[in-house]
Amino acid sequence: MSFLRKTIPMLGALGRQHQHLKTVVGALPTSSRQYSSDPANDYANFPGAKAPFVSQLKLNLPEDYAPIPIYRVMDRDGFIADETQDPQLSREVVEKMFRDMLLLNTMDKILYESQRQGRISFYMTNFGEEASHIGSAAALEMRDLIYGQYREAGVLVWRGFRIDQFIDQCYGNVDDLGRGKQMPVHYGSRELNFVTISSPLSTQMPQAVGAAYAMKMKKGNDACVVCYFGEGAASEGDAHAAFNFAATLGCPVILFCRNNGFAISTPSHEQYKGDGIAGRGPMGYGIATIRVDGTDVFAVYNAMKMAREYVLKENKPVVFEALAYRVSHHSTSDDSTAYRSPEEIEVWNSVDNPISKLKRYMVHKGWFDEAEETAFIKDVRKKVLKQIAVSEKKLKPNWREMFEGVYAEMPEHLVEQRKELEKHLEAHKEHYPLKNFKQ
Amino acid sequence: MLFSKVAEYYLKRLLPTTLLTNNVRSHFTYYPTVSGPGKTMNMFNAINNAMDLALQNDESALLFGEDVGFGGVFRCSVNLRDKYGKDRVFNSPLCEQGIAGFAIGVANTGTTAIAEIQFADYIFPSFDQIVNEAAKYRYRSGDLFNCGSLTFRVPCGAVGHGALYHSQSPEAYFAHTPGLRVVVPRGPIKAKGLLLACFRDPNPCIVFEPKTLYRAAVEDVPTEYYTSELGKADVLREGNDVTLIGWGTQVHILLEAAELAKETLKVDCEVIDLVSILPWDTNTISKSAKKTGRVIIAHEAPLTQGFGSEIAAYIQEQCFLHLEAPVKRVTGWDTPFPHVFEPFYLPDKHRCLTAISNILNF
Repeated sequence: MSFLRKTIPMLGALGRQHQHLKTVVGALPTSSRQYSSDPANDYANFPGAKAPFVSQLKLNLPEDYAPIPIYRVMDRDGFIADETQDPQLSREVVEKMFRDMLLLNTMDKILYESQRQGRISFYMTNFGEEASHIGSAAALEMRDLIYGQYREAGVLVWRGFRIDQFIDQCYGNVDDLGRGKQMPVHYGSRELNFVTISSPLSTQMPQAVGAAYAMKMKKGNDACVVCYFGEGAASEGDAHAAFNFAATLGCPVILFCRNNGFAISTPSHEQYKGDGIAGRGPMGYGIATIRVDGTDVFAVYNAMKMAREYVLKENKPVVFEALAYRVSHHSTSDDSTAYRSPEEIEVWNSVDNPISKLKRYMVHKGWFDEAEETAFIKDVRKKVLKQIAVSEKKLKPNWREMFEGVYAEMPEHLVEQRKELEKHLEAHKEHYPLKNFKQ
Repeated sequence: MLFSKVAEYYLKRLLPTTLLTNNVRSHFTYYPTVSGPGKTMNMFNAINNAMDLALQNDESALLFGEDVGFGGVFRCSVNLRDKYGKDRVFNSPLCEQGIAGFAIGVANTGTTAIAEIQFADYIFPSFDQIVNEAAKYRYRSGDLFNCGSLTFRVPCGAVGHGALYHSQSPEAYFAHTPGLRVVVPRGPIKAKGLLLACFRDPNPCIVFEPKTLYRAAVEDVPTEYYTSELGKADVLREGNDVTLIGWGTQVHILLEAAELAKETLKVDCEVIDLVSILPWDTNTISKSAKKTGRVIIAHEAPLTQGFGSEIAAYIQEQCFLHLEAPVKRVTGWDTPFPHVFEPFYLPDKHRCLTAISNILNF
């Protein structure tokens, strides 16, 4: 009873508000009688959301929504399911894709082993994700700016980062573009428009969005930004910020999620409960979204072409989710058999391996030559091993460089600290590995 | 993988790894604490043992963080999920601000929260939750609410090859925040005692665990429940000539420097493990400073605004007339933590010994 008594005056207040709205918004129904008898025809005009009114109370359950489908071009056996989706790439381009994937794979195996032997301090391999690197990189222009996470070495391979550049970085020697400051695999190249990797996860995401906004503001802009990140990194607050800023500020950025199923040991089903990362795009943030089979280089390529065209034409972002499986251990600090079975890994390393998938396609095309593949791998192996021998003999940069790059110009207190260290090293040189550093 | 065998074979034909320029050696010698009978444990075993006891004695206790479920990347929580169930020991999504906020909420209800931040270098997304929320809960609510049953475990410090983002010692950032407790163990016995004390302490605590000690530090650790006093420094070596103050790994470097000073300079150094960064043991420090008149503070974190600055300022205020020389800080340089330059960056035993020699000749 008391509820009713309270409700009656409240209804009166609602009616008065409605009358007020009528006068403000002419398009609304003209009488409150109509409004209450057929609310479904009514469209709400709240500042926070425009949506129809309904009179049935209902919880919107996750299972009421179908998952976003996964686009693919090739099946497991390398056959193209729908000929209209064949990107019709020339033999030359497909061969480059294949060779770059092989190069990455071969280099990864050797550098992984070299870490096990204590030659380099750390390494991260890219096994199982080669297609998402190469397929996406191939669909871009060199002027497009890349922000990576740390497992995108294939993008650099496609862009022309050389074996000596990779290995010199891993050794942090005088020819490392990063000047020995960071751990192995933290590559960067101004020339190749690839922003230097930083270990903290997702920090690159809002940065990429900001870069895209600034690029949009430049006259005649015809370049976009691509930001790679993992499905684990997408749980960080920065990922939310990036999605939301990209959408609200209309930024030509492709937010490329490499969903490989694992964040170190944490499987994706413990990382999120929604429809992957793609599921957040259209409904969550109002961002156009594509989801692809990340083991299918052509699917990644086609989708990336479309995404690039869209972001530049519309000045809006795209959420791009490439699904694959992290065949690699997380890094050389990790043994993934502690949390997943070797059998599971092997399936993804063989049946659904992106390189063998492309190989099968090339076989059907008559473009594959086993002897050529063997010779290529042998050659890469030789080059990588030779480069390791060269890179590990190179000196590290002068230790004084430790103080450089903190600021654009060295402030007085760092000049003083460097002097102090200089004096100390002069007096105690026998305790320091000075001979390994450039003088 | 057959290929890996081939790679291994060819790589072995290159330079022997002992001749490599980047061959990493440990920059300290570990000085174990002796405390009577116990089980031989390294620091990650001792931490595991502490958390095991906490989960066993306190049925409300929850343990979580990134990759904690399978044992954590440093193996500190190994087997605990199997023992206490996945509702009490679990992976969080990859989000430090989430871990911190979640932990505060857990603690708001009086439940014990043991939250792991995987690396101290990655604690910064949770800075807001820790500094603005955890530290101020009690104060801003007039003690209506608090999150005192919360402890963050945070691996920190140099390891030889961690570079910018796997090496930092950010204790000073948190020491600038009233309301927090910040402690750093120097080894297994201390780690267990401090953790158990923090779990029980009615204030939010941060335990920075020098990760290089997880395996390298081995001691006979008492297996029963015990706590180490929070806010209390340990005098590890007595001496009348110079006071050496450090915490975490640096304590071991100072112990070695003190030994070298005895041999080469014939001086007796007093070595103090500060243990607690906030609140800190001003009494033990000023007592020692007054006794020796010469104080050196060493830490891995950069010089400017490192916690050494606070100690030095306090000593000059409280012990000015007792000092024979200015207080000296031996620290990491004011640069980010570099990769290949690490041997030049750290306040190693040679730099500490030089400081001892200089402070005597002031």
